[in-house]
Amino acid sequence: MNETVRVSPVKVLLAKPGLDGHDRGAKVVAIAMKEAGMEVVYMGLHQTLEAIVAAAVQEDVDVIGLSILSGGHLPICRRLMELLAAEGVDDIAVAVGGVIPKRDVAVLQEMGVKGVFPGGADLHKMTDAIKALVG
Amino acid sequence: MDVARYIKNEKGGIDDVILSSGIHVKPAYGPADLEEIGFDHDTDLGAPGEYPFTRNLFPEGYRTREWTTRQYTGFGTPRETNERFRMMIDHGQTGLNVAFDLPTQMGLDSDHPLALGEVGRVGMAVDSLRDFEVAFAGIDLHKVGAGLTINAVASIMLAMYQAVAEKLGFDRTKISATPQNDILKEVIGRGAWIYALEPAVKLIGDTIEYSMTTMPRTNPVSVCGYHIRESGATPAQEMAYAFLIANAYIDEVAKRGYAPEEFVGRFSFNFNIFGNLWEQVTKFRAGRKVWAKNLSEKYDVKNPKNLWLRGLFAGGGSGLTKAEPENNIMRGAFYGLAAALSGAQSTALCSFDEAFTIPTPRSALLSLRTLQILMDEVGMRDTVDPLAGSYFIETLTKQMEEKIWEEMGEIEEQGGIIKAITSGYLQRKVAWQAYEFERDVQRGDLIKVGVNKYAEEEDADVELHEYNEAWAEEQLAGLVELKRTRDSAAVTATLKTLETVARAGENVMPALVDACKAYATVGEMSDVFRDVYGEFDEPSIF
Repeated sequence: MNETVRVSPVKVLLAKPGLDGHDRGAKVVAIAMKEAGMEVVYMGLHQTLEAIVAAAVQEDVDVIGLSILSGGHLPICRRLMELLAAEGVDDIAVAVGGVIPKRDVAVLQEMGVKGVFPGGADLHKMTDAIKALVG
Repeated sequence: MDVARYIKNEKGGIDDVILSSGIHVKPAYGPADLEEIGFDHDTDLGAPGEYPFTRNLFPEGYRTREWTTRQYTGFGTPRETNERFRMMIDHGQTGLNVAFDLPTQMGLDSDHPLALGEVGRVGMAVDSLRDFEVAFAGIDLHKVGAGLTINAVASIMLAMYQAVAEKLGFDRTKISATPQNDILKEVIGRGAWIYALEPAVKLIGDTIEYSMTTMPRTNPVSVCGYHIRESGATPAQEMAYAFLIANAYIDEVAKRGYAPEEFVGRFSFNFNIFGNLWEQVTKFRAGRKVWAKNLSEKYDVKNPKNLWLRGLFAGGGSGLTKAEPENNIMRGAFYGLAAALSGAQSTALCSFDEAFTIPTPRSALLSLRTLQILMDEVGMRDTVDPLAGSYFIETLTKQMEEKIWEEMGEIEEQGGIIKAITSGYLQRKVAWQAYEFERDVQRGDLIKVGVNKYAEEEDADVELHEYNEAWAEEQLAGLVELKRTRDSAAVTATLKTLETVARAGENVMPALVDACKAYATVGEMSDVFRDVYGEFDEPSIF
């Protein structure tokens, strides 16, 4: 059992991949995470997945959080997981939020996405779940 | 932002009601309230159709002119969208409001790598004039006006609209387009920006200047408080920020030597309706007054028609919930009622399934029918501004007016709207409000039925619009065919001219119309602007 107590805050990279510009949810989540004591690197809009992976490695984050409202979450997450695998990154958890139908939750989890938070998710439960991912 | 805050006492009664804009509502109102706030019939209200237009733009309201119904429509290919346009017009819709897919909104062709998976997803894909020819086929463009919900590349779409109208045999002086064309609000919310802000505002100036002489029935800009409110602004801030943004566009054109009187009459607005009914209605009554006073006092505009707050007052998406989605049908009906009681000139509703995705034909038609029932069955055409004279409504209208001026003043103190946006001040402010709203809904301090009160465990399944991958394939095949068959020399030449004109800082609209007519693509034209103008750098707000 790992007895070490983590002292540094959980560090999350938040970004909106692709073209969708609806960022109310992403900003609300960024504030909720900060209020929950996490460190947030907010990349903002119109990010490519390559830039997101590079920034995540550069910033040495624990979690990559994506906000996707356009409906393109499946292809986007699949590609992100491929990119992370190609870079040999296995210590960064991926979480996604946005307009995500129930039927896609299992598909995302199967790809290796650890946290799935459809719009309206409880902010407290979400930040607790993110912290639990890092442990 | 949304519902009011109710402060309860021990017996379960209500001690206080605080509207989103921060105004407290009293249990009862009487003549003393009007006296206390200094209400004066002639200066605060005037007759309907007269300055300051608090009561309505027209003396007889909906008796002489029904509202225009304009459901936001577009998906897949131009062919699919054209079918839906015609279906809605056949069912009595009187205007169009065109939804474009994200690649088009971002000035990318359907074959761009970033467009993968997005072609035709949230709106219609448009690569060239050929797509507009299909989208608007069989529609009388002299009769039906078209809102074009696009911003960063609105200049291109307005040019394309002129090109398609002429191609289909319509007179450009008789067509009425309303490109959204409001880039400053895109930076606050919605996020479909491309170019650096200064040239982006210059492009808006170009469309306004060009429309004055070339397409006089066009409304070259539709300033959107709507999306600012969706991002977390209060109703008073929604109006205040929209007016400040509109002033920034007026200043852009005025510095070219035009008097505001010459062009501001074609300005239009897009506002949001959800939440507390009284706050919405008084927001619009106060808003008409503030806008008229702003134009008259700050810009010396004299012609009463030019002082009108014209626009689309539409039921908003933020009020809808994913939980128990059919409840959104009822919400839409109340938002439509608020629009009618506010004297909305033009209206639309988010359909009940839009909490998930774009609407099915059935839900879109249900929204249209909701609006038609309001106009034809329940008495909304009977008399103008039916709530006028209520102690409560008149007190609240005056308080709302003060609040709007106060919010405008707060941003002016920050150095003006453009500075407040480029610094990220405004985005930070509304993002915090959005967070506080979510937090308070989750705590149960703000009530949403079906979400945190009377909530059920299981969500009902509703039929949803499905994205079809075949639309993207069809669109891509069309683009390949276009590039094979068009006159490449004409494309190259018109794009070269566009670049020269853009670099010289001249009005780009005539060159855009020529490029559209030569079948240059949206991506090719917007790439010229990307090169010449550079791209916007989003300010960090955290």
